[in-house]
Amino acid sequence: MGGPEPSNTPAPGRPAEPITAVPVRYPERWVAAGAVLLLASMFVHMLFTNDAFNWPFMVDHMFSDPVVRGVWVTISATVLSMVIGIVLGIVLAVMRLSGNPVLSTVSWLYTWFFRGVPRLVLAVLFGNLAILYQTIELGLPFDNYWMAWLGLEGDARFFEIDTRTLLSGYVAGLMALSLSEGAYMAEIIRAGLQSVDKGQTEAAQALGMSRSKVLRRITLPQAMRVVIPPTGNETIAMLKDTALLAYVPVTIELFYQLQAIGARTYQIFPMLVAACLWYLAITSVLMVGQYFIERRFNPGQYGGIRNRIVGGAH
Amino acid sequence: MSEQNESVIETPEGVELPSDALVVAENVHKSFGRLEVLKGIDLQVERGEVMCIIGPSGSGKSTFLRCVNHLEKLTAGRLWVNGELMGYRQKRGKLYELRETEVAAQRSDIGMVFQRFNLFPHLTVLGNIIEAPVQVKRVPKAQATAKALDLLERVGLPDKATAYPDQLSGGQQQRVAIARALAMEPSLMLFDEPTSALDPELVGEVLDVMRDLAENGMTMMVVTHEMGFAREVGDSLVFMDDGVVVEAGDPAEVLGNPQHERTRAFLSKVL
Repeated sequence: MGGPEPSNTPAPGRPAEPITAVPVRYPERWVAAGAVLLLASMFVHMLFTNDAFNWPFMVDHMFSDPVVRGVWVTISATVLSMVIGIVLGIVLAVMRLSGNPVLSTVSWLYTWFFRGVPRLVLAVLFGNLAILYQTIELGLPFDNYWMAWLGLEGDARFFEIDTRTLLSGYVAGLMALSLSEGAYMAEIIRAGLQSVDKGQTEAAQALGMSRSKVLRRITLPQAMRVVIPPTGNETIAMLKDTALLAYVPVTIELFYQLQAIGARTYQIFPMLVAACLWYLAITSVLMVGQYFIERRFNPGQYGGIRNRIVGGAH
Repeated sequence: MSEQNESVIETPEGVELPSDALVVAENVHKSFGRLEVLKGIDLQVERGEVMCIIGPSGSGKSTFLRCVNHLEKLTAGRLWVNGELMGYRQKRGKLYELRETEVAAQRSDIGMVFQRFNLFPHLTVLGNIIEAPVQVKRVPKAQATAKALDLLERVGLPDKATAYPDQLSGGQQQRVAIARALAMEPSLMLFDEPTSALDPELVGEVLDVMRDLAENGMTMMVVTHEMGFAREVGDSLVFMDDGVVVEAGDPAEVLGNPQHERTRAFLSKVL
């Protein structure tokens, strides 16, 4: 034995000594760690010595019934406004990319308006729509003009509802958030649709598929891969923006409730800290969800998505 | 409306389908802006004929192929497939643009295979093949699936039905793309440089499938750089350059004894 064997099999790799070297030292890391530790201990010290935090009071009130109900309102408003926003966004993106110049312009104007006005302003505006219309009526348009012109009595309105009944604070706030979200989602979905290779549309058209079929069956599903990660970001942002509902005002909402308790008891700061903790807790849960969704929809990798959805072998 | 005026193209009176060939192109022009890519193409493809189109890149051969199924709109001229004017309806000496769904119906009778395969990456191989029959022709799913499996057998991929496109080699993807086009039972197949994006060792398997199709009587228009395929399988050969047909005829004739200087110059580079 010993020595190279004369054979047709490829030569096996030769054994080698693993590298052992003295690693580079980073003394500045120790300096930084020391500085951070110092600042952190100062911060913790303040948390426990400054009476304005009033921790027992905060813990007492943070889980009171109206606050917990407020948490649910926050979550429901987030889910509903995102669902409406996504549907609206798909419609707006398709309108924008359609060959129809009227629809495309309408979509552009919509996006321009709702991206240009701050959400806080929208929330207050929708909360005050009752000033504009005390009742909301369904009927034929401009009836007061043409009925007078035809010499008819009465009006052509079939249905009437008090604006404050229809647009309760919650509904008004939800409209503000979801209409605004629609504009942002439209841009995200448009970018997703445009990211799909043109060859996909051509192949589908060559097979005789109509434009709407190509969109539904080929382009939209492929766009999702690009659309879903930023939609996760939008959801987290939306959760925080539900705090704006306090200014509609939506009195059952989390931030409104916490502020109300703070104002009533002169314990403003503990309740603001409670707000921070609640929002941090919910966004943290969402971020975990986002982590898994992003891993699943890793852009540029179809294998990634599919294997986790259908558990396919690869 | 100004848009409607643009779509009505003046036409000489009494234009009739000039022949019963499957594809009839008459003075086909195509411009992209000021760039004229096709400068008057006249040709006919008989039923069962395999026509190969060769020429230098930029000669307009792919553009012409895309005009045949109306992926590109002609700027001037006429193009008939199976007796139907592609993309337009002719009434009282005027042309009217067809609706999008009518164009789609015309296209469903013409299969197309692309240089870059263009399989749908979110669908399995089977999903790719049954998509159009089920969605466009409303074939029951079970029936479409049975047919798809037959087609996969025919292109030599019987065990790949549940695979996804990105799990296949280029040659396999292109064979699936051919099966996908065949699933619509087209009367004409267009091939746009079907082997140009493939590694050399994978070209043969795709050409074999195409040869099999040709032997079974499929009418085919093939834009290609494979001179061997053109010579052996093609019934006719068209050499295009600079947007015109320079030379056309029997493949062995054109390749072996080119009549035009431009054909000779091109062939001397590729043969």
